[in-house]
Amino acid sequence: MSEIISIRDLLIRRNGRDALRINSLDIKSGETLAIVGPNGAGKSTLLLALAGLVTPSHGQITFNGKSISQMNDLEYRRKISFVFQDPLLLDLSVENNIALGLKFRSIDKDETRSRVHRWSQALGVDSLLGRRASQLSGGEAQRVSLARAFILEPELLLMDEPFSAVDPPTRAQLLKDLSNLLSGNDRTTIFVTHNLKEAAQVGGRMAVIIDGKLEQVGKPKQIKEKPVNKSVKEFLKVL
Amino acid sequence: MSDIFEITLLSLQVSAIATLISLLIGLPFGTWLALGNFRGRSFLLSIVNTGMALPPVVVGLVVAITLWRSGPLGGLRLIYTPMAIILAQTIISAPVVMGLTAAALAALDPRLQQQLLGLGASHLQMIWMMWREARLPLLAALMAGFGSVISEVGASMMVGGNIRGQTRVLTTAIVLETSKGEFEKALALSALLLTLTYLINLALTLIQQKGHKR
Repeated sequence: MSEIISIRDLLIRRNGRDALRINSLDIKSGETLAIVGPNGAGKSTLLLALAGLVTPSHGQITFNGKSISQMNDLEYRRKISFVFQDPLLLDLSVENNIALGLKFRSIDKDETRSRVHRWSQALGVDSLLGRRASQLSGGEAQRVSLARAFILEPELLLMDEPFSAVDPPTRAQLLKDLSNLLSGNDRTTIFVTHNLKEAAQVGGRMAVIIDGKLEQVGKPKQIKEKPVNKSVKEFLKVL
Repeated sequence: MSDIFEITLLSLQVSAIATLISLLIGLPFGTWLALGNFRGRSFLLSIVNTGMALPPVVVGLVVAITLWRSGPLGGLRLIYTPMAIILAQTIISAPVVMGLTAAALAALDPRLQQQLLGLGASHLQMIWMMWREARLPLLAALMAGFGSVISEVGASMMVGGNIRGQTRVLTTAIVLETSKGEFEKALALSALLLTLTYLINLALTLIQQKGHKR
């Protein structure tokens, strides 16, 4: 598998401080990488930088060998899809929310209808298509937000703690469904989480970011057994 | 009777045009203030917020001096014309629309902008969707902008001159009738102004509430 994302000497400064520093990180095409770390460690900053929504102060992020800073901004953003912690649905019907990204790309109606049908079924929200987004429960809204991201069939899927705002039973079910969806295709996915169990369930590899620094990358089991330093060991202990 | 019709029509025309121009200026500029990330943003916002409370007589005075024959724009011969009233009213209502637009967009979830871009929206598509999400407070901004000009008298009087058949609007006619001691006429014109303002706001409120249906 070739690298879809390569990060070199990355430094991102936000609000006058170093928010994230990564010397080197490669993400292979088709892999699922879980990113774990304490609050404020820089995990979300990494996702925003990968989405082209935050400009690095130094260093380079390449996408399929091309530096994203040199790519057309809109063209790059249309290769990816982003799921936030909160569903952030618009005041539209569920169907229109799911189809939103396709509308931005001017995809024709038949194709849109067929994809909405496919992905709303895959995420179990096909019975909700006619409802307003404001009428959904937290779990339903997050499923809609996942369908809205998957429908774009992006080359890179970025998810920032997508289940942290839902109750534990819903979270477990969503995680199970997401794992099934991810294992059924070769979409490159980067998944930020607080939860080591979630990381192990969803991610093939895991990256630990502490205090704005990428400390260790590897299989969850391997990191658990051989933490690279005291900070990683301490962090894993509190999880 | 035809006098009243003329005055009413001119009032509506002048205030509607001023509100429309304010919307064309205030909506994009207010959006830029709300969504932009640049140095001096807070300072600009404070200027706009101050502009929301501009006293109409002060605006009238400045516009009158500017358009006066010997003033910098005297050559345009706009003083005591409906255009002069439109100009003054636009200066009064544009900051209202601008400030309330900025407030309406700033009240949305700050991550919504990133979420829309993260779904592949162009910057224009993102702004359009943000306007759509904030459509109820944006309509309120429009109502406030219109309200600030249909009811003002100071600026219209100073730059329009209250000339019968040319620049007399409902508010300046009310002042004139009151000064003549014609209180019945003044009250009738006031009732007409209030009714018109109510009907226009009722229409806008109905549109607003329709958008609020869930």
